[in-house]
Amino acid sequence: MTATGITTPRPAPTSGIAVPSARRFLLWTGIVVLLIWVLLPIYFVALGAFGGRLGVFRWPKSIWPTDVSVAPMMQFLGIEGVFSALINSLIAAGLTVLFSVLLGAPAGYALARYAFRGQTAFRLMVLLTRAFPLAILALPLTVSFIRFGLYDTPFGVSLIHTVLALPFAVLVTQSLFMGIPREYEEAAWVFGCTRLQAFMKVVLPLALPGLAATAIFAFVISWNEVFAASILTVRERTLTAYLLKVLSESPLHYRFAGGFILIIPSVLFIFAVRRYLFAVWGIASK
Amino acid sequence: MADIVIDRVAKSFGDFQALKEVSLSVGDGEFVALLGPSGCGKTTLLRIIAGLETQSSGRVVIGGRDVSGLAPRERGLAMVFQNYAVFPHMTVFENIAFGLRMQKVGQVEVKRQVDRAAALLHIDQYLDRYPAKLSGGQRQRVAVARALAVQPAVLLMDEPLSNLDALLRLEMRTELKAVLREAGTTTIYVTHDQTEAMGLADRIAVMYGGRIDQIGTPLEVYATPATRFVGGFIGNPPMNFIKVKASGGQIRVGSASLPAPVRDAEIDLGLRGEDAALSADGSGIPFDVRVVEPMGSHLLLTGAIEGQLARIVTPPTARVQAGERVGLTVDPSRLTWIDAATGRAIART
Repeated sequence: MTATGITTPRPAPTSGIAVPSARRFLLWTGIVVLLIWVLLPIYFVALGAFGGRLGVFRWPKSIWPTDVSVAPMMQFLGIEGVFSALINSLIAAGLTVLFSVLLGAPAGYALARYAFRGQTAFRLMVLLTRAFPLAILALPLTVSFIRFGLYDTPFGVSLIHTVLALPFAVLVTQSLFMGIPREYEEAAWVFGCTRLQAFMKVVLPLALPGLAATAIFAFVISWNEVFAASILTVRERTLTAYLLKVLSESPLHYRFAGGFILIIPSVLFIFAVRRYLFAVWGIASK
Repeated sequence: MADIVIDRVAKSFGDFQALKEVSLSVGDGEFVALLGPSGCGKTTLLRIIAGLETQSSGRVVIGGRDVSGLAPRERGLAMVFQNYAVFPHMTVFENIAFGLRMQKVGQVEVKRQVDRAAALLHIDQYLDRYPAKLSGGQRQRVAVARALAVQPAVLLMDEPLSNLDALLRLEMRTELKAVLREAGTTTIYVTHDQTEAMGLADRIAVMYGGRIDQIGTPLEVYATPATRFVGGFIGNPPMNFIKVKASGGQIRVGSASLPAPVRDAEIDLGLRGEDAALSADGSGIPFDVRVVEPMGSHLLLTGAIEGQLARIVTPPTARVQAGERVGLTVDPSRLTWIDAATGRAIART
């Protein structure tokens, strides 16, 4: 283990004097290409979503937004079921994040800090949960869910999504906690902390970036998951399940609107926790 | 302030016995170094005193209070870790104030104590920095200041200087000694570096294989090692051990004859390199010089006494050539005799 503990990304060279102009040019070209690669498709989806029926079918396509209005989007959200599906998706993803972090982080912590009998087996079992195709489990799951009253609820969906996200949560947080030297905690104990206080005051602040990454992962897994959500819900569809059902019969601009709505929350969520991803202790996050 | 009594503390990890019934008492305000090679159990012993490790048997008593079963925070001590363990998400000020904050000390008093500890270690100008912006030596100072700020009765240090480069280590060593003397804290200091232990400690406990081989002042441990290990571990060059055979209370090495503490037995003659002098006329213990290393302050001669490797230190002005045979005279009162079978020193008569 290194003395500094958590590896933090080095700040990019900021002064233009140090970087030769040719390298600088390459750097910025790279950045621009990457930005276009990521943003252009989203931009076109957005154009389609906000351009309405005419905008979608116009040819040649205009790069610039014309006739853009929120009306098509409002129209789409106004369709019966879309808004409640959106809310269901948010609930399911939110609960998945909650469960994955609350269950995964302690498991990861235990794996990182304590040697116990069956540790390797446990690690393997955690991964094995991903070995069963969900399709095989679909029928027994549905039956059990109906029996327990979980069927057709966002809570039930989030449970399955937690199962999907948990292996990653456990393994990611395990390496995260392994990267935080045990001495930090021991120092906190010696200087008057209980185990819980030491965790809250020392380990948690250092683990936040990694926990944020874990949360994002869980959120995205849940938000994008469609199979389990489709078989476990009927009326209380999540957005993916709902769109899967209705979009094939919908006009093109609705499909764009649906796609756009699927993209946005993930982007917003990542944006919201980004400072924990890139936070450099000592160099306050901008 | 407090004294520490370690009473027959043992520790096993599975089948491995890291500590075998170690006993040690440290007086109030005393500085004791636990010295030994890696794996000798010194860090384990320190962690047991701190409460970071639980002993398999035995007791730890600090200031008359049995702390064997208490959590680290209830033992009233402070610790400096080998890799500093300075919290990276707190400023230097908050790091030093950490222990005081946990004791719920008032803001004014916290500021006063932090300023005092920081001034003591010359880090007062870095108080609002984060540890990432400090050098290794400065982080080490923060770790020491954090420990001193709580004015602990007992200070434990686990190889605090081993991550520093040689020059900085020397500087910190001197400073540490001055600071700790001023604070008058009972200190236990773990190190594998004999010069650190010799330079800092009031007494040294030399550990080997889960036992304490010898406890004594630096000079006692150096001059009269209790076991062959202590003699070989302490001192640079280490003590020379020459296998000899005593008969009739005498040993003979070459033409020289010395009084031995036993009548008839195989024993080892322990000889410090600087306790031998070159005789003017080549008489005394015959020494075949193989290598001459001028070290500036002295000449280091490597060679053989009766075919057994030995290192001798002579004044830098001595005229000795490699390949030469010289005679050594020794002061019998400065010799150490080791029982060849047990490896323990034979008491002088």
